[in-house]
Order: sequence, then C-alpha cells, then structure tokens
Amino acid sequence: MQVSQLRERQPRFRGLESGHRACTGCAEALAARLVTEAAGPDVMVANATGCLEIFTTPWPESAWRVPWIHSLFENASAVAAGMEAALKAQGKSTKVLAFGGDGGTFDIGFQSLSGMLERGQNVLYVCFDNEAYMNTGVQRSSSTPHAAMTTTSPYGKERMGKRHLKKDIVSIIAAHHIPYAATTSVAYPSDIRKKVRRAMAIEGSTFLQIHCPCPLGWGHEGYKSIEVARLAVQTGLFPIIELERGGLAGVMPLRNIRPVVEYLQEQQRFKHLFTDELRAKEELEHIQAIADHNIEIYGLRSDGHKDAFDSEGMDTVRRGGMRWA
Amino acid sequence: MLQALEGSQAVAQAVALCRPQVIAAYPITPQTHIVENISKLVADGKLKCEFISVESEFSAASVVLGAAIAGSRAYTATASQGILLMAEVLYNIAGLRVPLVMTCANRAISSPLSIWNDQQDSMAVRDAGWIQLYCADNQEAVDTTIQAYRIAERTELPVMVCMDGFTLTHTLEGIDIPTQEQVDSFLPKYKFSRTLDPQNPISIGTLVSPDFYSEARHSHHSAILNAEAEIIAADQDWEKISGRNSGGLLTVVGPAEAKVAVLTIGSVYGTLRAAMDEFDLEQPVKLIHLRSFRPFPIDALKVVCKDLDHVIILERAIGLGSGSIIGLEVLAALTELDKPPKVHKFAAGLGGRDIPLEILPRLLATLNEPSDGRFRIFDVELDKLPKEDR
Amino acid sequence: MIEIRIHGRGGQGNVVAAYLLAMAAFEEGRYGQAFPNFGAERRGAPVIAFVRIANKHILRRNQILTPAFLIIQDEALLHVSGVTDGLLPDGKILVNSPQSSDELSQQLGKEVISIQASMLAKKILGRPVPNTTLLAAFFALTGMLSQESLSKVLKHKFKDIVLEKNLLLIQKAVELVPAGLWQQETTNVTSS
Repeated sequence: MQVSQLRERQPRFRGLESGHRACTGCAEALAARLVTEAAGPDVMVANATGCLEIFTTPWPESAWRVPWIHSLFENASAVAAGMEAALKAQGKSTKVLAFGGDGGTFDIGFQSLSGMLERGQNVLYVCFDNEAYMNTGVQRSSSTPHAAMTTTSPYGKERMGKRHLKKDIVSIIAAHHIPYAATTSVAYPSDIRKKVRRAMAIEGSTFLQIHCPCPLGWGHEGYKSIEVARLAVQTGLFPIIELERGGLAGVMPLRNIRPVVEYLQEQQRFKHLFTDELRAKEELEHIQAIADHNIEIYGLRSDGHKDAFDSEGMDTVRRGGMRWA
Repeated sequence: MLQALEGSQAVAQAVALCRPQVIAAYPITPQTHIVENISKLVADGKLKCEFISVESEFSAASVVLGAAIAGSRAYTATASQGILLMAEVLYNIAGLRVPLVMTCANRAISSPLSIWNDQQDSMAVRDAGWIQLYCADNQEAVDTTIQAYRIAERTELPVMVCMDGFTLTHTLEGIDIPTQEQVDSFLPKYKFSRTLDPQNPISIGTLVSPDFYSEARHSHHSAILNAEAEIIAADQDWEKISGRNSGGLLTVVGPAEAKVAVLTIGSVYGTLRAAMDEFDLEQPVKLIHLRSFRPFPIDALKVVCKDLDHVIILERAIGLGSGSIIGLEVLAALTELDKPPKVHKFAAGLGGRDIPLEILPRLLATLNEPSDGRFRIFDVELDKLPKEDR
Repeated sequence: MIEIRIHGRGGQGNVVAAYLLAMAAFEEGRYGQAFPNFGAERRGAPVIAFVRIANKHILRRNQILTPAFLIIQDEALLHVSGVTDGLLPDGKILVNSPQSSDELSQQLGKEVISIQASMLAKKILGRPVPNTTLLAAFFALTGMLSQESLSKVLKHKFKDIVLEKNLLLIQKAVELVPAGLWQQETTNVTSS
C-alpha cells in the first residue's frame, strides 16, 4: 500500500509517526509530533542536525510523513529559505518549517536563522529547546540555564555548573521585528497547537521556542517530563510569552507561582545546589532571582483560582481556565 | 556574434539564459561582478527569479541546496574564503546528489591575504564530490555554465565551473552570448527525481550506519567517473547548436610529433598558446588543457600522453607539505602506461603573480637541467626570503 | 597587436577607459582585450589598466610590460617610479597635464603629447574626469580606431544629456591634438 494511502486512512494527520528511536520520555519527540499535527500535511521540513534528526531517520527508515530534509547542523534556516524561495518561484503555497534544537538555534545555526528572519522569509522556525547538546551527550549550549551541570559545565571545587545565563533567544528573535515569535512548553499541548496554527496563518517569518525536558540530560525519570516542563513554567523560569513585531503581545499568567527549588530538585543537573555549601545556597537564591525577574518584567503574576494542571494553553488560562477552542 | 563583454557580465547573462528560479550569493572579490550583474538583470526585469542576498557563503550554498530540493533550478557563485566557508555544504550538496551549478571565481586563500588569482580555493574542495570544470577563456565560461546545468541535472551531481578570478572575471574580450532559443533547445526544464512534494513525502539526508556508508560513497564516486560521458556529450551537443566546443574533458594542441607536453588548467592556457606562436622553441611541444579535473580523465590523459617523453605540469595551487596536486594525479594516471613519460611538476602564478609568455621556453629549458623531478614553485624569488626559509 | 597601458588614480575611470578602447576595436571588427591591474586600491590610489588591440583573437593574458603607448590620466604619475617602465623605444606617451608637450618630452626623453583633459571635462561634463577626453585624443593621434567607433561605444554606455555632453567632449578633444601624428608608429606595431 502507498504511504499516501496509509495517510488517508488515519483518523488524524500526524507528520511524525510512532516507532522512531527517541529515548523514553523524550519531550522533543512529543513536541515535534504536536507541531506536525497542528501544521498539517501541506508542509516541508528542513531539520537541523540533532537528536530529532537522528532518532527519526536511521536509514532506510523514516518516521516522517511530511517531506523532510536534513542537510547540516547550522543551516536549517538557510535550507528552509531556499525551499521557500523555490516554492514562491513556482507559485506554490506549501509552508516551509525549519526544526532545530537549542544548539542549532541559539549557537551554531544562529547566523543563518538571523539572516532568514532579516529577509522576512515565509518560514516557521521551531526551536525544540532542551537546554544542552543532548545529541552528543549533554554538553552545555548557550541555552543551558545558569548553574546547570553538563559534561562541559561540570560541578567542581571551582565551578557550580554553568557560569553564564541562558541566552534570551526569543527577545533576540523578536528584535528582528518579525510578525510573530512565541515561547511554549511541551507541558501545554493545546498552547503548542494554537501557536503553530497562528504562525502557519502568517505570511512571513515566525518563530516558536518549545521548552522540552530531556530525561537523560536533565536527570529525571522519563515519566516526569511533563511535570518538570510544567514546573519550569510555573516557577517563572520559562515564561510563556508572545511577541508581535518585537513587542510583547501576550503572556501566560501564573496563578500559583511555585518556588524554583520545586523545579530544580526534580533534576540531577541541579543536584549540586542542594548541599550545605554556602555557594549552593547563593546559586539557589540567584536562580530564584532570575525567576522573580521574569515574573516581574513579563507581568506573569495573576490572582485568582488555583491553576493546578492547566494544559489548555495561555489563551485559556487568561480567560479563567475555561476551554474556549 | 562577438560582443565586447567583461567575463563576469557574460557569465551573468549565461546564467540568466539557463532560467534559474532561485539565485543566492554572498559577495566576495573577484566574484562580485557576476552577482552584481545578475542583480541588475533581476532589477531590470530581464531575469525572473528569486534573488536572495544571504548573510554568508555558508547560507548561499544552503539556500540553493534547499531550492534545488524543492524543485527549482538554482545558482550561486563564490571564491576563495567563500569556498572554504561553504566547504561543509559543498560536501553535503554532493552527497545528497543535488544538481546545482556554482561558479568559482578562482582566488588565492588567506593567509597571507591575497585577493588575486590562483586555484587553491577550488583545489581545496576537489574531493567534495562535485564535478569541476576549468575554463580557459570567457567564451568557455559562458558555454560551460550552460553545459553545466545539463550535466548536473542528468547526472544528479553538482557542477563547479571554475574561472580564474580577475584574469577572466574582470577581463573584457570578445564573447558570443547564445540566444535564448539556442539555450532552450539545449537545456530542458529543471527536473530532479527526489524533489520534495507533500503529495509524496520522502525523507532526504538521513543517518546512515556503517552498513551502508561505503556503498553510498562507491555509488557517488562511480557517478562522478561515469559523468565523463555526459561532459563529452554536453560539449558535443552544444557544439551542434553554437558551433563551439570547449574541449570535452581536455584539449590538446601542437604538432603530432612533439615528445613534450605542457599540461595546465585555466586561463594560463591562452598565454602558453600565444607563447607557442611567439617563440622559436627548441623542440616541438604540445599543450594540454585539462578542462575536467573532477572527474579526473585518466583514460583520456593516457591516450594523449602515451607517446610523450615528458609532461610538464604547470598549476596554480600547491599541496602544502606535499607539493604538486595535479602533477601527482597525472603521474598516478600515467603509471598505467607501458612506457610512461616523465612528469615534471611546477606551480606558478600563485596569489596573482603574472605569468609571462617567457614561461614556456623557460619550462622547456628545465628539461636540459639536472633535476630530482620534485615539485617546486617555478617563479619563486628566493632572494626575497631569509636564508633559513629558502 | 598593439599594447597600451593606462595609468591613473582610483576614481578617474581607468578601467572604463580601457574597456571603451577595447570595445571600440570590436566596433570595427577587430579584437580587443582590456583588464585592470587588479588591485585593492581605494579612490585616489595609483591604478593601472591594460589594453590589447589586434586583428585576430587574442590568446595571451599576461600583463603588459612593454607597451607601445602609455596613457597617463594624472601628470603626477609621470614621476612615480615604474610608470614609464618598459615603454617600447619609439613608444609614445599621452598625458593629462597643464605642462606643454615639449617640456614634458624633454623631461622624459620620450615623445609626449600633453592635453588639459581634466579641464576640458570639467568645462563640458561638469566633472574633471579625464578618461574620455584622453581616449578621443588618442584615437585622433593614432588613427588606429575611428572617432565614430568611440561615439558608438559611448552610445552603449550613456544616454540623453550625458551622452550628448560626452559626444561634444570627444569632438572638442580631437581639436587638442595633431591628427595622425602617431599613425606611422601604430602601423609599425600592428605589423610586428
């Protein structure tokens, strides 16, 4: 039977099929599936080198049901830009998506991403942000949060994990004054879907940063991925925001703000912060200050009902927790 | 009809005649005039295409890769540092077997910084899996650009058209620009068997385990070797339309009885031909212009060299720490002959140093000197160096 | 084959002059080749361009070390070392200078024709760019190529008022030099 026929038999279109080789509890795999579900079949994907690329396409197999190309680590945006130009020249409306991890987005692929955004090309760039080079075995990236341990930012007598701050990529992206840039988290599937649909409808460059825990790299059980991702949001460490043409257009309010230790203690990458050492206490305070700062500058604080396990996304939360779409 | 055109201007027109849908480039001397001329053609509405001014050569190569995969004929051009910055993408394009055409306006590589001509740049990526064709003059650059699209699209291999920076790109000379009808009758519409299509989704660029990598490499290598036939056919078919050929894999001139040949690639061939007419040479000599460096035409070389006593290689690049690049490959090819000629290996004209007509008699004179047969830079002026560096 | 070397400064239209000269050759069914001495020079720096004109296809691409003619766009360059190097024994120099031809010939020991090209260009074009004036004078002196050919290539390059001014400029430029003065030399080099 033809693959295209198989696809027609499915109850719901799914661009990334099950049976791929991701780790148990891989949040990136889930997020990628959610993105392709929302984007639909009339797309083409340019994928940067990384876990997503490796675990989905061990030749001669592929988990993708959308046209997909992997070229290199640092050129997903440029390849997508070329695809977009070609489709434009051919008068086709197929939307081009570019997928990259935080390494391929924040670091090595940043230049080509910036170039593509500056040219305003009609591409939705999705960054699956798991905060380190997981594909090569957990090395620090510029997305790795402050104080997190990785194999290249280890804990030791002279170091408390990563010395630097997590790069504020979405603000940098928004500074290109593209029509739409947003953050979202794998803990909020409905939020992902809505933001993908919104970006798909925009003619121009759009950007989505999806926070995706990596059980292996973060040091938590696979079944806890969603819980950990949600805590990142609820503590204020990963604010869910939307920016239009560079300006803040919306945030997901937090009704029940949690202390950062609740998030950090779930992960082995922060275990060196839970000792009697003075410097550990200082780092915890520092990280709490980062969360407080985020809550303040984005105005995330919201009074009202307890928001225990919202999974409907920021629009729903803003409207009092009722599902509206 | 001959028109007085700058090489870059002529190449831009040739590219336009091939009806590319996507062009991406990043400016670098001496490629700039090519992309400037193309930009003007686009601005004037004479070339309908998506022209993308990217932020680096790395992205230029990546954009045309994406465009070709998505079903459009695409073009880029670069030189020197740009080639090196692209290197990773060049291997990737070739490995993905994407039909693309790129002009390399040959220039030296830094450091020391030099904006002038030699061929170190394209030589640095000679094993990237691209077809490499070298142009002796601007007419060949025009004709080869057009042929390159047909070769690329039939073989599913990218083609690098190498033309000497400045010496060709910035030289105004008489060039015949073919008509649109001529090019259209030669070059069919772009077609690529693995074009991405939502109706029939495929995955390109997947991870290959050790079980398959060698086979992928073998297949790629064979495809390049087999491209010889397409290179020859394209040149012959283009000759039927334009009345001109560019020599197929290689060109040989000179008396049949000559026992000595000078082999070179690129525009210095013209200077050597002028030298042949200019001087009363001690002995008859043949000139060989190697147009196709990848595929390296082993069989064609054996045929033209089989009765020779000496082949003198004159190249504009150096294998630092080894010596001759082309010379070693020629030497290896000719060992297959029963009585291989002696191969003499020289580089000259590095970093834009002028190669005068006198180089031909001087090269021939080396045959009378005692020599260990090793490579050397022919026009090096050792007195400019401190003693310990000579 | 005639070899000509043009010296000027960045911004004086050196390469344009060389290209125009070679283009004019093609207008007459002859062959031309022109290329700059490719440099990284900025505005005001000394620059060189080379021109070959022949009756058959030109194969060689080496720089011109022994020109039959020098065209010097800036008189100060006459005194820069290397500028007059390699000029053939009976080679001639056309220079843009307020000094007299005799004076300069005496100084350099070569036959020099001097014209005030910048001044004429300033008067007619409004910009002191000497290249077109020198070319027109060179064509008149050598008779190698006709003024009509120069007009034709200018028509490819300019239009409207700018073209009219350039055409007027070359008319006036011709009057500055004795026509055909270097015709003999031109014939000599051509046949060699």
